[in-house]
Amino acid sequence: MDPTDRRYTKEHEWVKVEGDRGRIGISAYAQNQLGDVVFVELPEVGRKLKAHESFGTVESVKAVSELYSPVAGEVVEVNSALASAPEAINSDPYGKGWMIVVRISDASAVNTLMDAAAYGKHVESEGK
Amino acid sequence: MVAFGGWEMPVEYSGLIAEHMSVRKAAGLFDVSHMGELAVEGPGALAFLQRTTANDVSKLADGQAQYSALPLPSGAAADDVVVYRRGGERFLVVVNASNIEKDHRWLLSQSPEGCEVADKSDQYALLALQGPAAEEILRPLSAADLGGMKRFHFAEADVDGHPATISRTGYTGEDGFEIFVPPDHADPLWRRLLEAGREKGLVPAGLGARDTLRLEAKLCLYGNDLDETTSLIEAGLGWIVSTDPAKGDYPGRCVLETQKKDGPPRKLVGFEVVGRGIARHGYPVYVDGAAAGAVTSGTYAPFLQKNIGLTYLPAARSAVGTDFQVDVRGRKVDARVVPTPFYKRT
Repeated sequence: MDPTDRRYTKEHEWVKVEGDRGRIGISAYAQNQLGDVVFVELPEVGRKLKAHESFGTVESVKAVSELYSPVAGEVVEVNSALASAPEAINSDPYGKGWMIVVRISDASAVNTLMDAAAYGKHVESEGK
Repeated sequence: MVAFGGWEMPVEYSGLIAEHMSVRKAAGLFDVSHMGELAVEGPGALAFLQRTTANDVSKLADGQAQYSALPLPSGAAADDVVVYRRGGERFLVVVNASNIEKDHRWLLSQSPEGCEVADKSDQYALLALQGPAAEEILRPLSAADLGGMKRFHFAEADVDGHPATISRTGYTGEDGFEIFVPPDHADPLWRRLLEAGREKGLVPAGLGARDTLRLEAKLCLYGNDLDETTSLIEAGLGWIVSTDPAKGDYPGRCVLETQKKDGPPRKLVGFEVVGRGIARHGYPVYVDGAAAGAVTSGTYAPFLQKNIGLTYLPAARSAVGTDFQVDVRGRKVDARVVPTPFYKRT
């Protein structure tokens, strides 16, 4: 099962709440579907994101995917290590593969996202 | 698995990059049974192929193959193919999966005389064993003289007891073999080859790696880099267009000969992305700020660790070193024409 300390979107992003901030990345299922990640495009610190707004792209050898922010907020940190080592998204999607941290503007919205169990069912239904 | 022309095909097994690197450094095994096989047989076979293909078929000896194309009157190609001479009256034309019916119809429409053109695609499975270790892996399994088999030569010989045609050809830029077997022999042979090659680094490889490998070697993909609007000369395939008077006429010969002499209006070039981003198939291309077409193939190149691609540029702006731009999802990214093939085995 995916980590239970965070919430998930239908588009396979996760957000982990850390105080008033949310750390964001993509799920193990998403990285597996993409295959070897070779390029990530992430926003600048200071960018204000709406919920479900695109904040960048992740590219594997064979495909490009948009990244959508699970929550609204201002980008306060970007994982710059991914520029030279994007493969961390494959090897450690829930750890070193994190993408951005936002200061969450609407904390209650997080609870509308799927927990790990619901996300697991979502993935299962998508695989069919 | 992805659907491809009615076939369920694996895009990757262990991972595209790992498979790509294995083929460059050791070996990979591909199931390319989707490829089509058209048999052209009879006393008139050679004459028929001379007037329906671009390359000079008379140069082939028995057991020899050649890269060629089925030209159209416009100078474009209905398909790019490999012609195998099994005997003076027996030829096999290996065609792209998506073009099997089209090619068969196009050949039949050119009135074969003294020969039959038959679609035998369902009688052949095709496994491609590619990479520097390919010969070493295959040698213990076959009595064929692999060491003496030159590139673009082939032999009919058993592989581990399976009746096969072994051809020193491929689509990866590496040494290697393509092994034609009856379909019911493909599964056991696949397993046996993987087992025999494991110690030498052989891995199963999918369509994804096949595409990145062929692009690093600048091998054209029909439907991307070649289609019914691109002339063979523009595509840089003048070397498979025979202008020998003895070959006689074939569709598009006049156009192709003129282009070969005077130069084509545009040329297929290889490029590297200089800025940040991966140029992919269909992304618009700009030269001196003006729209100039689109990327025909583009990828991250795993061996070279660069973003590379192919596109058609106006001939006057196609020299190595020419800078142009690719529109990567709304962002203009700098690219530069580079020498090709991007990768050449040493």
